Amino acid sequence: MKLHVARAGFFTTVQDLGRAGYRASGVSVGGALDPHAMRVANLLVGNNEASAGLELTLGRARLQCDDDRVIAWAGGSFDVQVGGHPVAGGRPALLRKGEELIATAPPDGARAWLVFSGGFDVPVVLGSRSTDFRSNFGGFEGRALRDGDLLNLGKSSPGTGRIAARLLKSHIASWGAPNEWSNTRSSHGFLRFIRGAASSQFSHAALSRESFQVTAESDRMGVRLKGAKLMRTEITDLISEAVVPGTIQVPPDGHPILLLGDCQTIGGYPKIAHVISVDLPAAAQLRPGDAVRFAEVTLEQAHQLFLARERDLQRFRIRIRLQTQ
Amino acid sequence: MKFVALGDSALVVHLREELGKPNETLTVVRRALELLQRAALPGVTELTASYTTVAIFFDPVIVARHANDESSTQWLIARVTQTLRKPRAFRGKGCGKLFEIPVCYDGEFALDLAAVAQHAGVSEQEVVRRHSGGEYRVHCIGFTPGFPYLSGLPVELAIPRRPSPRKHVPMGSVAIGGEQTGIYPQTSPGGWNVIGRTPRRLFDPEQAPPALLQAGDCVRFHPITRAEFETLAR
Repeated sequence: MKLHVARAGFFTTVQDLGRAGYRASGVSVGGALDPHAMRVANLLVGNNEASAGLELTLGRARLQCDDDRVIAWAGGSFDVQVGGHPVAGGRPALLRKGEELIATAPPDGARAWLVFSGGFDVPVVLGSRSTDFRSNFGGFEGRALRDGDLLNLGKSSPGTGRIAARLLKSHIASWGAPNEWSNTRSSHGFLRFIRGAASSQFSHAALSRESFQVTAESDRMGVRLKGAKLMRTEITDLISEAVVPGTIQVPPDGHPILLLGDCQTIGGYPKIAHVISVDLPAAAQLRPGDAVRFAEVTLEQAHQLFLARERDLQRFRIRIRLQTQ
Repeated sequence: MKFVALGDSALVVHLREELGKPNETLTVVRRALELLQRAALPGVTELTASYTTVAIFFDPVIVARHANDESSTQWLIARVTQTLRKPRAFRGKGCGKLFEIPVCYDGEFALDLAAVAQHAGVSEQEVVRRHSGGEYRVHCIGFTPGFPYLSGLPVELAIPRRPSPRKHVPMGSVAIGGEQTGIYPQTSPGGWNVIGRTPRRLFDPEQAPPALLQAGDCVRFHPITRAEFETLAR
């Protein structure tokens, strides 16, 4: 059973929760830039949370399946239609055989995660189905989707069957994920960060004082920012060490780069800060021209926020399990 | 030993302030990595090494469960400190495998050879002679899949990274960043100074392990002509 890609859109890749365990070989974690959205969408269609779905960038995709599938999406404020009817984020919907799913260009935000029941049956490479776009492996032929591609879909689970049975009349569910999980733009306008190893080498509070703008050179590897230049008060060439998604590094030109999921595993530029895990979904919605501001939190606060989100997700898992029994 | 948070899901242990004697530091780092691998601390999901550090990746949920009333970070630091204090013999001091990497230092590939020569105050030919005359040691693989970070660069060839990274450094580029030298296994952004190119494939996701070089291996660069490069690249 296959997904037919009539229009691949601006930049669409197969992603799952990422490729953990190969950092020591220099392999990025990659995966959905908003793994929380990918988990939620997968739960909504009865998939394993780690099933492979699509990461849509700036939309413009038209897709069809050659059998009935339950679909769901989460992430940016996209306009998604199934058979001409709008499907809100975080709501499972039935996509009938041959029916068209259209995702148009979003008015703001950049990315959404769209899953199909059964997930994509693409080869597992180094423990993941994610596309490593920079090194051209994993996902679908190690590349972004193109018009006319045909992707194998996996077998739907019994849970999907029960969700599908409830969608036979309405086609679009009236229940789903909390609204704030399906539009993940930063609600308070700030990306929260904790200090990085080199923060003391920059003038005090340089990062939280300034406003920055996202440049067109941004991609899944990192968001390049312009605005005030962040200059170190002491200049030493640092020895390379680990960086992670969320790291804000500052090259000598003073323009910070916020690293995302496809980032390198080791870097040598000074690390002024790290955007906290729960705000990485908001970072994944940044598009060229967007304004960005940063606010400092403590490591303790970052951990509390992480645990709180995990508790909410755990409650959601239980709710979904009860709903599909 | 110093601990620095690398975001909210990783911790970096600084084992040395600076590289110092590269081979000794490499042994210290590899020993720490081995001790932590054996300890398999709860919540720790992945370990990686760099020149002077080990990065410990963890699941904040599992660590918080074990830490109880303590802060997660304090709990983890205490467990890591305890682990690294264990007296234990380490046998991995010597060279791993020895690799001869062919490099073409021709003008078209050597985007920054002139800059490196000028910075070092020697001719371009002399840069090539010195770069290919040394024996290097792999300290870690990182940055991009299969990228080896090497020590052993003759000090006079050290040159700061470029002020702004290039968007596309070609696959196979051999480059210098500070006192480090390395090879870009695939076309990627990068800020190091490119002095040549190898036709050798350094990363293959179908192989186990996928990276050709491993921490501890030794590397020599062997100069080749443009014609030899074309033959080997085929």
